[in-house]
Amino acid sequence: MAGLATVSASALLLTACGAAPEAGSTSSAGASDYTGCIVSDSGGFDDQSFNQSSYEGLKKSEKDLGIKVNQVESKTNNDFEPNLRAMVTAGCDLTVTVGFLLGDATKKQATDNPDSHFAIIDFGYATPISNVKPIIYDTAQAAFLAGYLAAGTTKTGTVATFGGIKIPTVTIFMDGYADGVKYYNQQKGKDVKLLGWNKEAQDGSFTGDFEKQDVGKQLTQNFLDQGADIVMPVAGPVGKGAGAALKEAKAAGKDVKLIWVDSDGYLTAPDYKDIMLSSVMKQMGEAVETVVKEDKDGKFSNTPYVGTLANDGVQLAPFHDLESQVPADLKSELDQIKKDIVDGKLKVESAASPKA
Amino acid sequence: MSDKHPPKHAAGEPGPGAEEATPAEDSTAAVVSVDTAGGAMGPSAVPATAQSGQLPGGPDTVLRRIFTGSGMVSVLAVLLALIIGGLLIASTDKQVATTSTYFFARPTDFLAAVWNAATRSYIALFQGSVFNPRGNSVAAQFAPFMETLTIATPLITAGLGVALAFRAGLFNIGAQGQIIVAGILAAWVGFALHLPVGLHLLLVLVAGIIGGAFWGGLVGVLKARTGAHEVILTIMFNYIALYFLRYLLNTPAFQRPGETNPISPILDPSAVYPQIFGTQYRLHLGFLLAIAATVLVWWLLNRSTVGFEFRAVGANPKAAQTAGINVSRSTILVMAIAGGLAGMSGVAQVAGTEKVLTDGVAATYGFDAITVALLGRSTPWGTFAAGLLFGAFRAGAVQMQIQTGTPIDIVLVVQSLIVLFIAAPPLVRAVFGLNPRRKKQARTAKSRKAATTGGAA
Repeated sequence: MAGLATVSASALLLTACGAAPEAGSTSSAGASDYTGCIVSDSGGFDDQSFNQSSYEGLKKSEKDLGIKVNQVESKTNNDFEPNLRAMVTAGCDLTVTVGFLLGDATKKQATDNPDSHFAIIDFGYATPISNVKPIIYDTAQAAFLAGYLAAGTTKTGTVATFGGIKIPTVTIFMDGYADGVKYYNQQKGKDVKLLGWNKEAQDGSFTGDFEKQDVGKQLTQNFLDQGADIVMPVAGPVGKGAGAALKEAKAAGKDVKLIWVDSDGYLTAPDYKDIMLSSVMKQMGEAVETVVKEDKDGKFSNTPYVGTLANDGVQLAPFHDLESQVPADLKSELDQIKKDIVDGKLKVESAASPKA
Repeated sequence: MSDKHPPKHAAGEPGPGAEEATPAEDSTAAVVSVDTAGGAMGPSAVPATAQSGQLPGGPDTVLRRIFTGSGMVSVLAVLLALIIGGLLIASTDKQVATTSTYFFARPTDFLAAVWNAATRSYIALFQGSVFNPRGNSVAAQFAPFMETLTIATPLITAGLGVALAFRAGLFNIGAQGQIIVAGILAAWVGFALHLPVGLHLLLVLVAGIIGGAFWGGLVGVLKARTGAHEVILTIMFNYIALYFLRYLLNTPAFQRPGETNPISPILDPSAVYPQIFGTQYRLHLGFLLAIAATVLVWWLLNRSTVGFEFRAVGANPKAAQTAGINVSRSTILVMAIAGGLAGMSGVAQVAGTEKVLTDGVAATYGFDAITVALLGRSTPWGTFAAGLLFGAFRAGAVQMQIQTGTPIDIVLVVQSLIVLFIAAPPLVRAVFGLNPRRKKQARTAKSRKAATTGGAA
């Protein structure tokens, strides 16, 4: 122990022995005056969900477009209004707000400051506001593909899903997934069962929040006990609970798979690489960057940005390591379905779909 | 208040009389006055509690000491927490990191960077909570202070609820649930009923207070009738309230027409608190009510029979019972009043700042209220002051984050450190060399320790 302490102490000493820099050499990147700002909801920018993706999109614009970025996290709903006001006062050209909870606060600031521009993620207003651009997603389209994929890959004939909290941005995944399974059954005359969500009744399994991973694990174990072998958790970080349960099942010799949501789980949740079948991705970062770029070029409009399969706003992620487990004809069927949805031949509907 | 005048006179006799007896003996002990009885009787109370669940638990003696420590400890705890918070800010600062690499070549750079990082953040904190000299008008310059008062409002009332229950020997950590239930009722009255101006707001306030009082009182009843421990009860009641709220927000009655997001309609304009100093500040009538509540609690505790009974039960329930005080009644009543006070926080939230009901309606006020009551040593005005301080922290944190990029979490760290230090008064006194009797011993112990560690290295 003492030896270790000595080593680390001397390491500290060594690092502290560098030469002092000369004064007067400050660098300035002659970037644009445009400032893009972002206000999180109470999840914070490390929520592994939409706050984080949106924030990363803005950070990327900082690098790609040379804009200035200002960000502020909200800890409680009480912070929304002061945070937004502070952003407007700080001279933000465009302020991105994340989530429906900020809907009222964004509306208020937008009305009070008609010259500032705003973009709100995952929320649309019934009556559009001239300086607020909603960024919304028809996630059901990509989730439909995931449902079809799951139904076509399952060995037990049972697949499952569960949500974090029953809100439209969550249930839209589950609706699309349910329809994908149903479509597969119709096409193939099979009877793949779906656990955890009933589209007609709009009711299913929820963990109650986006935090408690153990509840997600428990739910997943229940699904496994009922014979499911593919699970799609729509619950942000709680998905890791599902991942843990599936990993245990895999270690016990079961052939189980996980479908991630929001981002490509193969990259963002690499612990579960070996069971990651695919992911239903919402490309929020790209959307934010696009909106920032448009506004910077003076082409701001309040028409909602709707992420669809057609504009790659929502996507089904690659199969990565499980590529070999997906039959080739299933892959071509998925491509065909995607094409049909893009062409409008196949309609994917959800009560939570953006009305635009 | 006026209808309670007769009991006030009756209480006047024993109340101050009991208090005056103690300071006569030892002036320094005055602060702890009535509560010292708890300290003295503490050991004997433990087995008694174990036998009859009616009485507040044994560990409360430690808690009581924590809750009613000296004012000096509170101030020093805040100071110490701020210093450590400053060091934490500095340790994550880029400039500090770069200058530390050549610490031995030019140590002044490093020290200056540490000083700069910490002071820059704290100056931003101050500017965001009290006075912003860069505002372009007097109104804008004082806007931060108004924000502080706004955020302090729910903290003060919920803190008073926790403090009051504590004086009666109950560790009420159910403010969170009480705020939620109050918020549900107040918000519902606010958006579902459409009543004339004045009456509507009054009804919102009454509904909130009743909601909180009901939720708190229920804990009191269970405690008094079954002996269940109030800590367990309040924690569980917090969960019940939260999940009930989430359930309600999933029903159409609590959603906006045509939407399925879990957010209630906006409250009617007639149901929200008027803004005291115009629309440019969020400060609302709820703050004046919080001041009124503080006065009321002070009067209740120090001038009324009921309050005297609360304190007597808090000091020693067994003795209080022997003296003819109805302990069960006191328990139920104090929890109901505490819940009502927390309920005012719920009203301040839905009718003051947010104007809608979401599942984040209580924010973290219910738990912050415990810290506020701790810091305020469970006295009404102490709680008021602590509420203002925490309001300032919260309001300033937003500015600090925007101006300096210091994460808002640092304020939570400072808050937690305050609790830690308040819970360990000897530690705080030792740090500032205020342990008169042990001073010498501590010093010798320290030097001896230094010698041994020196040898090991």
